[in-house]
Amino acid sequence: MELTLNWYLSLSAVLFAIGVLGVLTRRNAIIILMSVELMLNSVNLTLVAFSQSMGDVSGQILVFFVMAVAAAEAAIGLAIVIALFRKKVTVDVNEFNLFRY
Amino acid sequence: MDTALLVRIILLLPLTGAILTGVLPLFLPGLRTRETLIGSLATTMVAVPFLCAVALFVTFSGTPEVISYFTWLSAGPLELDFAYRIDQLSLTMMLIVTGVGTLIHVYAAGYMHGDSGFWRFFAYLNLFIFAMLNLILGDNLLVLFLGWEGVGVCSYLLIGFWFTNLKNSEAANKAFIVNRVGDFCFLMAMFLLYREVGALDFGTLLADPAALSSSTLNWSVLLLFLGATGKSAQIPLFVWLPDAMAGPTPVSALIHAATMVTSGLYLLARLSPMVLAAPTIMVIIAVVGALTAIMAATVAISQNDIKKVLAYSTVSQLGYMFMAAGVGAFFVAIFHVMTHAFFKACLFLGSGSVIHSMHHVEHEVEHETGQHIDPQDMRTMGGLKQYMPHTSRTYFISMLAIAGIPGLAGFFSKDEILFKAFEYGYSGLGGYAWFVWGVGIVTALLTAFYMARSYYLTFEGEPRWPLKDKVHPHESPWTMTLPLYVLAVLAIFGGYLGLPAVIKNGDWNLIHHYIGAPYGGPVAEPTLPPHGPGFLAIEWGLLALGAALGIGGVLFARAKYKTGGTAFDEVLRAKLGGLYGVWQGKYYWDELYDRIVVKPLLGSSERALSPFDKYVVDGFVNGIGWVTGALGRGLRLIQTGVVQNYALAIVVGVVLVISLILFG
Repeated sequence: MELTLNWYLSLSAVLFAIGVLGVLTRRNAIIILMSVELMLNSVNLTLVAFSQSMGDVSGQILVFFVMAVAAAEAAIGLAIVIALFRKKVTVDVNEFNLFRY
Repeated sequence: MDTALLVRIILLLPLTGAILTGVLPLFLPGLRTRETLIGSLATTMVAVPFLCAVALFVTFSGTPEVISYFTWLSAGPLELDFAYRIDQLSLTMMLIVTGVGTLIHVYAAGYMHGDSGFWRFFAYLNLFIFAMLNLILGDNLLVLFLGWEGVGVCSYLLIGFWFTNLKNSEAANKAFIVNRVGDFCFLMAMFLLYREVGALDFGTLLADPAALSSSTLNWSVLLLFLGATGKSAQIPLFVWLPDAMAGPTPVSALIHAATMVTSGLYLLARLSPMVLAAPTIMVIIAVVGALTAIMAATVAISQNDIKKVLAYSTVSQLGYMFMAAGVGAFFVAIFHVMTHAFFKACLFLGSGSVIHSMHHVEHEVEHETGQHIDPQDMRTMGGLKQYMPHTSRTYFISMLAIAGIPGLAGFFSKDEILFKAFEYGYSGLGGYAWFVWGVGIVTALLTAFYMARSYYLTFEGEPRWPLKDKVHPHESPWTMTLPLYVLAVLAIFGGYLGLPAVIKNGDWNLIHHYIGAPYGGPVAEPTLPPHGPGFLAIEWGLLALGAALGIGGVLFARAKYKTGGTAFDEVLRAKLGGLYGVWQGKYYWDELYDRIVVKPLLGSSERALSPFDKYVVDGFVNGIGWVTGALGRGLRLIQTGVVQNYALAIVVGVVLVISLILFG
C-alpha cells in the first residue's frame, strides 16, 4: 500500500478537528493552548505534505515560520495563564468572564 | 493709476479695516482700549477710498467702465462675475458714501469715546462701508444684492449695538425681519428677470427693456420697488426705521439717513430705463412716495424725542425721493439723496452732540435728586444754544436747508422734485403727478414747521431740565464739531450742483448734465414735450411758492416755539383733537402689524407648529434614539464573556464560508 498525499491530508484533517474540539470543549486553559498547538501542527503537516508532493521547498520554509510563531504564541499564552492563575487560583476559562455584558 | 487698481483699493481697504479692528482685538484684548489707534485706523480705511474716488471722478473719461475681477458663479448658461461698474451714477454715490462716511467716522471717534465696544463699533462701520460700496459699484444684480444684504446685516448689528438692553435687540430684529420681506421681493424680481432676460448684468438688462413683455416689466419693477420700500423705509415697510434709532447716533446718521436708506433710490435710478418702460408701476411709486412723505411729516410734528423727529423726517424725505422717481425724475432723486445726505447727517450728528451733553445733565440730575430724565426728550431741553454754540449753529443751518430756505441745499433739490412733478402733470403724461405735487407742497410746509420746531425746542428759549441753574451741559469735543461744520458748509453749497431750469435755461444744472441720459449719463428720463415761453414764469412762481412755504413754516414755528416751550403742542392737540392723537400714535402702524401679522403668527405657531415640533419632530428624533438603544440592549446579550463562545462563532463562520465556496 503506497503512502499517497491523501493519507497525509486525512491525518492532518483529523488532527485539526481534534484541535478544534479541544479548543471549544475543554475548560482548562492549558489544554486549550495545547489544542491550539495541535491545530498549528496539523497545518504544518499539510504544508510539508504538499511541498513534498509538488517538489517545491517553499512550503517547508513556511513551516519554520509557523513553528517560530507557535513558539512565541505558546510563551505568551502560558505567561497569560500564569498571570490569570495568580489572580484567581484556577485555570478554568469559564471563571474568566470579566467582559460579560 | 489705472481704474481696476483704484477700485480694488476702494473696495478692499474698508474690508481690511473691518478685519483689523474687528478680528484682531478679539484675540488681543489689550488692543480693545487703544481708541486712538482703532479710530484713526478705521477712519483712514474710509478716507483713502474717498481720495481714490475723487481721483476716479477727476480722471473719469465719460464712458462707463466695467471691471471684472473673477467669475463668481458659473452654472450652465448662468455666468456671474465679481464685476464693478464705474460710471457717473456710481461715482456720485461713491463720493457721497465715502465722503460722508469719513466725516461720520471722525465724529464717531469722539462720540463713542469710553464705550467698551469701541473696536466692535468701528469694525461694523467699516464693514458697512464695504457692503455699501459693493451695492453701488456692482455691475450685476447679484453683486448689488450681496451689498444689499451686507448693509442689512451691518444695520442689524449696529442697531443692536448696545444689545444688553432688550429694547435695542428687539429694534434690531424688527429692522432685519421687515427688511427680509423686501429682500424676498427683490429676489423674486431677480429670478423673474433671469428667466426672461437670461442675464443679470446691467449692460444686458438695460440694453432694450422695451423688448420685454409688459407683464414681465410690470412685475419685476413692482417687485424691485417693494424691495426698495423695505430698505428705503416706505409704506408699507417703513416701520423699522423709527425703531432703528435705538442704535448709536453716528449709525443713525450714516446708515439710517445718509447712505443705506437711499439704496432703494439708487436701485431705481440704476434701472431707470426699465422703470420708465413700466408707467403703471411709476404711478404706484409716486403715490406711495407722496403718502409716505405726508404721513411721516405729520407724525414728526407730534414727536418729542429729537431722534424720532429726525427719523420720521428721513422717512418723509425718502418719500420725496420716491415721488421724484415716480415722475421719472431719477436724477433729481439722486440730487436729493446727495443734499439730504449732507443736511440730514449734520442734523443727526447735531442731535447726537446734544444727546451726548444731555447724558451728562442726566447723570448730574440723577446724582443730585434721584430724578430721571430722558436725554433725548426735547421737553427737557431748551436754551442749549448758550452752552453748545457750534452744535446749535450747524443744526440751525441744516434745519434751514431741509426746510427749503432759498439758497441752501434743500431748497434746490426739493423744489426740483416739486417742479418735476408739476412739469410731468403739466405735460399731460399722468394726472397722478398733480396729486403728488399737491401732497409735496403740503409736506414742504410741514417739513419747515416741524424741523424748526425741533430746533427751537432744543436750542432756544429757557432751559427746562431740573436743576438748570446748577447743571450745565458742555459743548462736544472738536472731533464731533469739525464734521458738523464740514457738513453744514456742504448743506449750504451742495445745492448749487443742481441749479433750477430758470437759471441759464438749466445749463447750470451740473448734476443733471453729469448723470442724465441725454448728456451721456446712465440715468434715463422721460421725453417731455417742449413748453411754451410762459412756462418760465410758472417755474419762477413755483420757486417763489417753495421759498414762501419754507420761510413761512420756519417763521411760524419760531413764533410759537422760540419762547413758548412746548405750550403750542397743547394748542395743536386741542385744535386738532383726534387727529393729533393719530399722529402721536404714528398712525398705529405698529399696532396694526402687531394685530394682523405678529399676533396671528405667534398664535398659530403656538397652536399648530409647537405641537408639530413637540410630537412629530421631537418624536422622530427621540424615536431614533430609542430604536438604537433597544437594539443595543438586545445585541449585548451575545457578549457572554466566555472565550469559547467567541471561538465557536469563528469556527461556525469558517465552516459556513468554506461550505459556501465548496457547494455554493
